[in-house]
Amino acid sequence: MDVTLTVNGTPHVLNLEDPRVSLLDALRQRLDLTGTKKGCDHGQCGACTVIVNGRRINSCMTLAVMHDGDEITTIEGIGTPGDLAPLQQAFIRHDGFQCGYCTPGQIMSATAMLEEVRQGWPSQMTGDLGRPELTDDEIRERMSGNICRCSCYPNIVDAIRDAAGRTGGTAA
Amino acid sequence: MSNPIEVTLTHRMNLPDEENLLDRMAQGVVSTPMDRPEGPLKVSGTATYADEDHPPGTAYGWFVRAAITSGRVTGLNTRELEAMPGVLAVIRDNRMIRNPAQGGDAKSPHQGPSEVFYKGQPIALVVAETFEQARDAALAARPDYKDRSDRAVILPTRTDYEKPRSKQSSQGNLDKAMRNAAFAVDVEYDTPSMSHAAMEPHAAVAWWQDGRLTVRGSYQMLNSNAQELADALGISVKKVRILSRYVGGGFGSKLGIGHEGVGAAIAAQKLDRPVAIALHRRQVFEATHRRSETRQRVRLCCDADGRMTGIGHEAWVSNLPGETFSEPVTQATPFTWAGENREIGHYIGRLNLTGAGSMRAPGEAVGVPITDAAMDELAEAAGIDPVEFRLRNIPEADPSSGKPFSSNRLADCIRIGAERFGWSGRPKVPGSRREGEWLIGFGMSGVIRVNMLGDSTARVTLRPDGTALVETDMTDIGTGSYSVLTQIAAEMLGLPPDRVTTVLGDSDLPPSIGSGGSRGAASSGSSVMLAARAVRGKLAERMGCDEEDLTLKDGTAIAGNRQRDLADVLAGDILQGTGTIKRGAAEAHHRQSSWGAEFCEVAVSSVTGEVHVRRLSGVFAAGRILNAKTARSQCMGGMIFGIGQALHEEVFHDARDGSFMNRDLAEYHVPANLDVPHIDIELLMDDRDPYANPMQAKGIGELALCGTAAAIVNAIANATGHRFRSFPITLDKVLEKLG
Repeated sequence: MDVTLTVNGTPHVLNLEDPRVSLLDALRQRLDLTGTKKGCDHGQCGACTVIVNGRRINSCMTLAVMHDGDEITTIEGIGTPGDLAPLQQAFIRHDGFQCGYCTPGQIMSATAMLEEVRQGWPSQMTGDLGRPELTDDEIRERMSGNICRCSCYPNIVDAIRDAAGRTGGTAA
Repeated sequence: MSNPIEVTLTHRMNLPDEENLLDRMAQGVVSTPMDRPEGPLKVSGTATYADEDHPPGTAYGWFVRAAITSGRVTGLNTRELEAMPGVLAVIRDNRMIRNPAQGGDAKSPHQGPSEVFYKGQPIALVVAETFEQARDAALAARPDYKDRSDRAVILPTRTDYEKPRSKQSSQGNLDKAMRNAAFAVDVEYDTPSMSHAAMEPHAAVAWWQDGRLTVRGSYQMLNSNAQELADALGISVKKVRILSRYVGGGFGSKLGIGHEGVGAAIAAQKLDRPVAIALHRRQVFEATHRRSETRQRVRLCCDADGRMTGIGHEAWVSNLPGETFSEPVTQATPFTWAGENREIGHYIGRLNLTGAGSMRAPGEAVGVPITDAAMDELAEAAGIDPVEFRLRNIPEADPSSGKPFSSNRLADCIRIGAERFGWSGRPKVPGSRREGEWLIGFGMSGVIRVNMLGDSTARVTLRPDGTALVETDMTDIGTGSYSVLTQIAAEMLGLPPDRVTTVLGDSDLPPSIGSGGSRGAASSGSSVMLAARAVRGKLAERMGCDEEDLTLKDGTAIAGNRQRDLADVLAGDILQGTGTIKRGAAEAHHRQSSWGAEFCEVAVSSVTGEVHVRRLSGVFAAGRILNAKTARSQCMGGMIFGIGQALHEEVFHDARDGSFMNRDLAEYHVPANLDVPHIDIELLMDDRDPYANPMQAKGIGELALCGTAAAIVNAIANATGHRFRSFPITLDKVLEKLG
């Protein structure tokens, strides 16, 4: 079965004879985009977070064949070592990672999360449901789907707050 | 280019360091909060971990797990599996291992896929063209067993505990001291099995070329890992190369060679093509290592003035039959607190459970919080403030051996921490402060982790253009090795850090102790310092001065009133220094430890029993701090690990068959972002320990964890008026006591 995935703006036609291939494994093993990490293969850790048609999802929890024609953004589409996005730079400045394995997922999640806040989506921490503010507790709640065992959480919060401030609260 | 001019420098740590060399250097880069040099790769997804960048033609492996707890595998539906789509091999090989090696073993762990010791043990390996095909076929495996699970030992209380003589000690008469004391506590605590849960699952890709094996794996100690793998395969260590450039967290779970490394190597040999194996998260939980559960009895007593007269600490732990490691729970007890009557007991049960191994700060991580919680109980019994009680009981010298401390900053950490935290605002009466449904309490803990050195070698090459290359088989598991080794070389050679490249994670490079036991930075760092010092000696010759009169700064060499560019001094030559640090007598004559104190404010819901950590503050002394940013992050990570230990983390073993019940990240709870408040950290930047190593730096990667859970549980006691002695402190336990 041919599936067209548009990844970071580039269309890729994948001949997927095996429908069991997850979107995560398609990215990592078929397209060699290994920036997206596999932590649990179970939708429990967030390391595989990518943005599909504007929304963040766990790419391990969905099959590649379900994404024919979809627009997918991975960490490779956010910024490269020589041209890092503000959020990536903020993660370095604030030491928002140690081993680095959950980091692409954290940055993808944060990128989409800032957009969710901008669009006024409330969370459990939102007082005024009509107008969420990017408080530290809002960041913590909205980033709680991304586990960091090195436990850089306070630095991750600092990095996101900093990057959002520099970019006027929009996605980096 | 010409051949390098080689020079070596070896230093055995017999005497305290009197030079304090790093403080005499001019570049001013060591200790600064420099960003991680590998940061741009990690935030862009271009750092390469184990299960990535597969060689062409890589096949995929998946392990078959034992569905019994104890017995023998007598057969397998191999032909049926081999006929499944894409399957290349179904492997049961006597070289396969029962459990990963323990840290520093340097030999194979127990081998053989037929005898089953715990449920979930890998007993066969299926290799197929694709990951999906391998997984499907492995899940279709139907092993035959001679099942002896009814004879398996699952519950610690039912086993006879071994009592190794070398692990027991006694002085004075503790029973008598307890009877005669003004105040005494005799309490039992327990901690559950825990799991490292590093974010990167254990993975390896192996390939053979011209009779030599290369494994890119996720490992912490490459020099001993290569020996373990060679021994398991029955080949010379010269035929093995292990690459671990980036390791997605270890926490001790990747100290020894594992199923994935041995399995991939065997399969790649049989198939004559590269094979990749990434353990599934469930396999990581049940087939690597856990931290042993512990039962601990603590006896403490003091006189009417709150001066301790006795301390007893006994620990019951477990492991698989034949394993030499046992959680060294009492490691810090002999030297931390005063008291002339002392008893240490260490008992080991042999269980049919997933093997136990080192997890971040083996020993102190579970021992210190328990003795410290008991200290809090004794302080309360004696009616003395917990800070004051601890300050009264810091000994002048190691009370067990009489050896002096190399440095003891425990009192400083406690005093500074109390001030920063606002300890004076602590509710004086437990259970007395309330904000609506929330009960508020403060708690504190001493923080202690022994300091160790490991033999390590590094090579530093100064190139004609005045750039430097640092090479050692040291790993960076998130700990900051790339950062601190770059900084040390830059400092010693007077280079801006961007002119230093550090290459790690290759067992072909000079051997280091690796990452484990908080030894890595100090040990490999000392070897880098010595290697660079050797290069400095050569530069001094060329400048016509003694090395101590040579100043290197910003790529220039300065001697007297002469200043020359390094490129000019090198004149096209390459200078290559090899430095080796070796353990010596300094550690035998002085008790070495890193120190800290932590303070915590909790809010406990009287309605749900939920515990919120509102504030967490720590002060730490670990000798010279090599990078203020990465050291702070290590402390932060340790403290949050401690939140998990106090409130969330517990492995549930099925009491009937030992199954690892919660073998995934949804059911084994580690802290998430919203569980964690702002964390306040102060590092004592002026601390130095001349007995530790020539850098006067000590371990910091595990330190902060060794006490956090006590600060939290003591705060819960202050909030609620109840002591909780069974970790983790979950809602059900809180509600039961609050009624």
